[in-house]
Amino acid sequence: MGKAITHIKTNWQNFKHEIKKNKVLFLMILPIVVYFVVFHYLPMPGAYIAFVNYNISKGIFGSEFVGLRNFRFLIGNGDLWRITRNTLLYNFVFLNLGNLFQIALAVMISEISSKWYKKLSQSVILLPHFISMVIVGVFAYNMFNYDYGFANTILTSLGMERHEFYSDAGIWKYIIVFFNIWKGTGYGMIIYLSAITGINRELYESAYIDGASQWKRIRYITIPMLKPTFILLLLFGLGGILRGSFDLFYNLIGTNSVLYPQTDIIDTYVFRSLLGQFNLPLGAAVGFYQSIFGLIVVLTVNHIVKKIEPDYALF
Amino acid sequence: MVLNKRHEIYSVDGLSLRFVCYFFVTIFALLCLFPFILMITSSFMTESEIITEGFKIFPKKVSASAYKFLLNNPQKILNAYKVSIFITIVGTSVGLFFMSMAGYVLNRRDFRYRNFFAFFLYFTTLFSGGLIPSYILMVRILHLKNSMLAMILPGLMSSWSIFLMRNFMKSIPDSLYESATIDGAGPFRIYLQVYMPLSIPALATIGLFQALGYWNEWYNAMLYIESANKFPLQYFLQKMINQTNVQQLIKQGIVIDVSELPTQSIKMATAVVATGPIILLYPFIQRYFISGLTLGAVKG
Repeated sequence: MGKAITHIKTNWQNFKHEIKKNKVLFLMILPIVVYFVVFHYLPMPGAYIAFVNYNISKGIFGSEFVGLRNFRFLIGNGDLWRITRNTLLYNFVFLNLGNLFQIALAVMISEISSKWYKKLSQSVILLPHFISMVIVGVFAYNMFNYDYGFANTILTSLGMERHEFYSDAGIWKYIIVFFNIWKGTGYGMIIYLSAITGINRELYESAYIDGASQWKRIRYITIPMLKPTFILLLLFGLGGILRGSFDLFYNLIGTNSVLYPQTDIIDTYVFRSLLGQFNLPLGAAVGFYQSIFGLIVVLTVNHIVKKIEPDYALF
Repeated sequence: MVLNKRHEIYSVDGLSLRFVCYFFVTIFALLCLFPFILMITSSFMTESEIITEGFKIFPKKVSASAYKFLLNNPQKILNAYKVSIFITIVGTSVGLFFMSMAGYVLNRRDFRYRNFFAFFLYFTTLFSGGLIPSYILMVRILHLKNSMLAMILPGLMSSWSIFLMRNFMKSIPDSLYESATIDGAGPFRIYLQVYMPLSIPALATIGLFQALGYWNEWYNAMLYIESANKFPLQYFLQKMINQTNVQQLIKQGIVIDVSELPTQSIKMATAVVATGPIILLYPFIQRYFISGLTLGAVKG
C-alpha cells in the first residue's frame, strides 16, 4: 500500500515538474483537452440514463434506477434483434461489395495507359464523395418518386404500370446498397490506387521478361500487393460494423415507416426514440449496447490480428 | 530496363484486357455522373412536361423558369447560403488552429505525456456515450438549442485530423526545432513561424475535410435548430424536398403564388444551386483531397 502511494506521489510530482517545464506546450494542447472532455468524455456517464426510469424534472442521476428493464424490453419485443441484424447485414454487404468495387476499379484504372483519361475517370468516380447525403436523397426522389420519378417515366414510356417504390420495402435494400457503393467507391479506390503506385516497377518488368501476360501480372503481382491495404480497410470496417450510416438511411427512407422492417438500423432507431417517440432511456439503452459491443468487436479483432500478423494491428 | 509499351499493346491478350478496363471504368464513371445530369436536366424542364410525363434526361422543351423563380425570390436561399458560409468559415478556421497546435504538441519529443494525450484522444473513437447523452448535454447543460454554435461545435475537432497533422509533422526534421530553440524562439513561436509554413499541404487537406463537413452539414441542424432563418443550405433543401403540400412551401417562403407554380423543377433547381459551389470548386480542391487520403493512410 505504502509503496503504491509513494509511487503515485512521485508520479504526481513528475507531472507537476513537467507542467512547469513545458508550460507553453501544455497551454497549447489545453483547448483540445477541454473540447474532448466536454464533448466526448462528459456524455459517457450520461449513458446511465439507459438504466433509469427517466424523469425530466429529476434529471438522469435523480431518476429511479430500474436495472436492465429497458434492455429486457428491447429484447422482448424483438426490436434489438431486428435492428442489430439489419445493421450487421448492411454493413457486411457495404464492406465486401464496396472493397470489391474499389479494388476492381483501382486495378482497371491503373491499367489505363492514357494519362488524361486516367485522371478524368478518377475525378468523376470520386465526385459523389463530395456531395451531402441530402443531395443523395434528392437523387432518390428524382428517380423513384411515384408521380414524376425517372424510373416511372421509363416504365410508362414502355407502356408499363407505374411502380410505387416508396411503399415497396423489398426494393430499398438494393437502392441503399447502390447509393452506398455509388458514393463510397471513389474514396476507397484512391487509397488502393496509391498502394498500386507504390508497387516496385521492377517486379512488373521482370515478370514481363519471364513472359507473364498482362492478366498474370495483375493476378500475381498487383492483387497480392494490395493485401495489406485491404486488411487495414477491412479492420477499420469491422471496427465500425455496428455503426450504421445514419445520414444515408435517413435521407433515403426518412420517416416512411412502411419501409422500416427492411431498412431500420440501430442509428435510425436511436434517432426516432429521441425526436419521434421521446423515449430517451430506450434509445440510450440501444446506444449503450452499440458502444459496448462495438468496443468488444474492435478489441477482439485487434487481438486476433496481433496474434496472427502483428504488423496489421491497429494498436 | 523500360517496358516496351508498343509491343505490349499489340499483343492480343494485352489489347483485349485493356479494352475491358476502358469499358468498365467508362461505364462506372457514367453511372457516377448520371444522377447529377438527371438533376440538372430536370431543373430545366417545364412544369407541365414533368407533371404529364415525369423527370427526363432529354426534355422536349427547355425552360429556365425555375431559376427565374429562384432569382426573383432569393431571400430564403440567400439566407441559407449565408448560414452555411458562416459555419464553414468559423468552424474550419477555429478547428484548424487548435488541431494543428495539438498535432504539433503531440509530435514534440520533449513532451513526456504525448502518448497519454494521444490515447486520451484515440479512446473517443473506440467508445462514446451515444446520441442521447450528447443531446441532453447540448440542450440541457450547454443550452445550445437553436444556437449557431450547435452546428459548429460538434464537428469542430476530430482525433483523426489531429493524428493526420501529427503524422505529417513527423516528416519535418527535428534539427529545425533545435536550431530555432538555440536562436531563442519559444515553442509557440516555432509552431507559428517554422511548423505552420511547412505544414501547408496538411493544413490544406484537413481544412478541406473540415470545410466539406460544414458545407454539407444538416444533421446537427435537424437536431438542434428550430428557426428557419438559421437553417443551413443542405437542411433547407432537405426540408423542401420532403415537403409535399404547397401550404408548407408557402410558409417556408419557398413558394408564394399557388397557381401555375413550377414546384417540381424548383426543387431540382434548388438542389443544383446547393451543389453548385462544390462542383465548381471540385477541379481545384480534389488534388488536396487525394494527397490527404494518401497522408491519412499512414496509421495513427
